[in-house]
Amino acid sequence: MTAETMTISEPVKTALPRPALSVPPAEPRPAEGTAIRVETVHLDFFYGKSQALFDVSLAVPEKSVTALIGPSGCGKSTFLRCLNRMNDLIPDTRVEGKVLLDGEDVYVGNVDVVGLRRRVGLVFQKSNPFPKSIFENVAYGVRINGIGRRSELPERVERALQRAALWDEVKDRLRAPALSLSGGQQQRLCIARALAVEPEVLLMDEPASALDPIATQKIEELIWELKTAYTIVIVTHNMQQAARVSERTAFFMMGRLVEYDRTDKIFTNPGQRVTEDYITGRFG
Amino acid sequence: MSRGRRRRVVSALFAGACAASVLLALVPLAFVLLYLLKKGAGALEWGFLFHNPKPVGEPGGGFANAIVGTLVLIGLASIFAVPVGVIAGLYVAEYRGSRFASVVRFAADALNGVPSIVVGIFAYSLAVLPVRRFSALAGGFALGVMMIPIIARTTEELLRLVPESFRDGALALGATRAKAAWSVVLPATLPGILTGILVALARIAGETAPLLFTAFGNRFFSTRLDQPIAALTVQIYTYAVSPYEDWHRQAWAGAFLLVVVVLVLSVIARMATRRLERMHG
Repeated sequence: MTAETMTISEPVKTALPRPALSVPPAEPRPAEGTAIRVETVHLDFFYGKSQALFDVSLAVPEKSVTALIGPSGCGKSTFLRCLNRMNDLIPDTRVEGKVLLDGEDVYVGNVDVVGLRRRVGLVFQKSNPFPKSIFENVAYGVRINGIGRRSELPERVERALQRAALWDEVKDRLRAPALSLSGGQQQRLCIARALAVEPEVLLMDEPASALDPIATQKIEELIWELKTAYTIVIVTHNMQQAARVSERTAFFMMGRLVEYDRTDKIFTNPGQRVTEDYITGRFG
Repeated sequence: MSRGRRRRVVSALFAGACAASVLLALVPLAFVLLYLLKKGAGALEWGFLFHNPKPVGEPGGGFANAIVGTLVLIGLASIFAVPVGVIAGLYVAEYRGSRFASVVRFAADALNGVPSIVVGIFAYSLAVLPVRRFSALAGGFALGVMMIPIIARTTEELLRLVPESFRDGALALGATRAKAAWSVVLPATLPGILTGILVALARIAGETAPLLFTAFGNRFFSTRLDQPIAALTVQIYTYAVSPYEDWHRQAWAGAFLLVVVVLVLSVIARMATRRLERMHG
């Protein structure tokens, strides 16, 4: 059986037309002079004894969208959660190497984790609004971080909802329970909630994977808007999504960063055979 | 017998056994309720609810002192036990991995299993002996000690049901663990915790043993916390063991009233639980 598949798939691979013209030059690191917001240096991550990330060095340029792709269990979510230390919450985990936010290591002893998570927001795969009103959801982060004055709160909530392209849909029912919103609206509410504390970096862990195509499109348009103000790192299983929304793409496999380059380069002329096999759907 | 037929017969037998067991379990409850209704409802009249006991031999009089006394006692118990129980439950649920948390949970289970008379003796030696006086406070303390484990365990069980994603969401916004527990996880379960409190109240409202030598009982109307106070259960006991026909009648009425109160509390708790389930379902 294996022999058979081998013999069948082999000729197909060689027959694949390679894009011949306008081959973009490789750029495994963002160009010189690009401001780097987040950078990992030789990052290793361990769940107990099993290592989930191996020597990942990756620089995320500011005000751009960086997509992390790769097969399930390749470490992309783990990597994402290293960036705001959400992995700290899992017992018996260990980090080696560095995660730099604006050049400062976020894993050195005296870093304020709570402050870090305020600067690096996270949107989860499954929308998780609190069982509170729409208003209270967005206001939550502002309140607990004691940002700004009390009187400014409604303004901040409105601004966050507008940025998340949700304001027009909910402005007349801010006191309604957040759980009464549709799935796509709930996810945009979670984005608004993350934006309300005015983070610098926004991490998104497959933010549209549980949504229908229309809601997905809205989220993608939103990501495109948001990158003018925020640095966004997004994990996605959807190749087209990565191609549509991101400027740079990192391909992970088995805990290693296989290839990291401009998105157009990764999708038209990847440097590694395994990257090409993955994005053309040969495995995954 | 064919296999299919045999299977049907066995299934029917088992279903029948289940139904019979349920009936058997319900029979005592039905008897208690019917008997109380028959014996107690007749004696339950306005005077019983609003009058204080009269001297022996004088007709009339009621349980007003005991009704108010029980309310005072369970109020005192709640003031003491609700915060302690809820916070202990919160701690055990949120720090469930820690050693101390499992010690606390074990202690709560052990306390739950302590016979109520022992709780009474404990409260007696702690709150009565030093001041050499029976008091409402001592009674409330004894009942509170019985309430704590019930509330703590209910709170813990409910908090475990809160999706991990609420907690993560709050933490990702920069909340500390305690802040997330207090401002997101706890409010999400508040209706359930209120239900737990009601269940605990229903349970302790019927306790007699812990009050025998703490609140002690009182023939007169009193709301003073530093004095002995009447309680429904204690008064029912006193009246029931007395040699007077009229007192027996009133004991039945008191027992009926007590069961009604406990039932009402349980029904409210059930309704609140159902509302909670709807909200999360």
